[in-house]
Amino acid sequence: MANPENLLYSKDHEWAKIEGDTATVGITDYAQNSLGDIVYVELPRVGQTIAPHASIGVVESVKAVSELFSPVGGEVVEINPLLEKDPAAVNRDAFGEGWMYRVKVSGDPAPDLLSAADYEKLVTTA
Amino acid sequence: MNASETASLARTALYDEHVALGARMVPFGGFAMPVQYGGILAEHDAVRTRAGLFDLSHMAQYELRGAGVPDWADALTVNEVGTMKPLQARYNIFTNDAGGSHDDVLFYRLPDRWLLVVNAANAAKMWPYLQAAAAGRSDLSLQSHHGSRALIAVQGPRAVELVAPLCDVDVAAMKYYFCAEGRVGGAPAVIARTGYTGEDGFELFVEGIDAAPLWRLLLERGGPLGAAPAGLGARDVLRLEAGMPLYGHELEEDISPLAGGQAWAVKFRKPEFVGKAALVAQRDADTFDRIAGVVLAGRVPARGGYGVFLDGERVGEVRSATLAPSVDNRNVATVLVRKRAAALGTPLGIEVRGALQEATVVALPFYRRPNSRKDG
Repeated sequence: MANPENLLYSKDHEWAKIEGDTATVGITDYAQNSLGDIVYVELPRVGQTIAPHASIGVVESVKAVSELFSPVGGEVVEINPLLEKDPAAVNRDAFGEGWMYRVKVSGDPAPDLLSAADYEKLVTTA
Repeated sequence: MNASETASLARTALYDEHVALGARMVPFGGFAMPVQYGGILAEHDAVRTRAGLFDLSHMAQYELRGAGVPDWADALTVNEVGTMKPLQARYNIFTNDAGGSHDDVLFYRLPDRWLLVVNAANAAKMWPYLQAAAAGRSDLSLQSHHGSRALIAVQGPRAVELVAPLCDVDVAAMKYYFCAEGRVGGAPAVIARTGYTGEDGFELFVEGIDAAPLWRLLLERGGPLGAAPAGLGARDVLRLEAGMPLYGHELEEDISPLAGGQAWAVKFRKPEFVGKAALVAQRDADTFDRIAGVVLAGRVPARGGYGVFLDGERVGEVRSATLAPSVDNRNVATVLVRKRAAALGTPLGIEVRGALQEATVVALPFYRRPNSRKDG
């Protein structure tokens, strides 16, 4: 699946969609495909303040536990309630219904986030 | 896997088939093996409801010949070899002097020889061990076909429908844990009604050169039946749901067959076998740590190595765990725990990232197929 042009990407395979001072965050289609069937997602709490690139949760597939790193810093304002009951939504639609949480961004978005084109290069040379 | 990781690994006769099917290849027991094709849960579903095809050619196939085989094997293992009927298959465990498990295996009694299948991960220790144990004996001989012979398992409720028309022997009438020599898809084979998934099915032992044509034939004929290739990931979920031990998890050099939940396979009536005295002492004292099955209350999965707690005290650790689609989609695990923590119904805590998750001890297996027959 193509990486949408309107998102920013981290080297840890998260995406962020920045709209005003809010960022919606998830993991990329490449990441969900590498993990395989996702069976559990542990997200940060609403109200929690997170730092860019901090470990703020986990994604568990049938075979492995992987850490979630936030591509942005700020206060968590919403989490995707669907993922508690239906973590496979991340497999089905990583850039859409499988979104994970929203952050009220403080400070500048991390300057090291990648464009879709640069992220594409990262995963095709991995 | 990148090129440098694959370079040192052996390949089964079906390696190119897996790559062509888009499998994700991982190192396992010295071989590059498919861990999944389409996805572990979809492959699990194929096996439980239709049929799955597995490449198990990484497992070590040995042939034993000679009149001395039954007594020799009975002295090294806990289960009975000498009482096996012609064409019977039987699970067994090689033990060490302390009663621990050296490997868990299957013996197949063929008309003129025995087939012994050992874990791929244990082949490096088992082959020298067996050779040493056979040294100086003129009444038996061993031959390894590890890596040269292939093994394809067809498992699932539609396995008979898929395999029987391809065989020149009546495999539909074959009893569970029995086998036959014949041809499947034209290739000479040992055809066994055995498996490691909790479903009915067959294991087809063929020469490496015959493996790929047979694999393709099974995929072609299996397609309309809903059969699909299944990887080691699905196999691990299936075997764990079915309560079958995996060496390195429920059995180990320091986990005896009794501790590993395989007491049914230990035949104390045998006059002597490696580790018997230690196992008798274990049985009589009955204080050993043991494997128990648990179902977790919540959605947080357990993982091997996580701590297990009872009334605030650490009583053991998780040995295997999975989301179990056939157990009401719950998280299940095997744990190796103190005796007092292994009683059915005991409420345990499993430590996941610093928090205890509720779990309850249940009877194994977690899953039993409808109309299942007893195994041999």
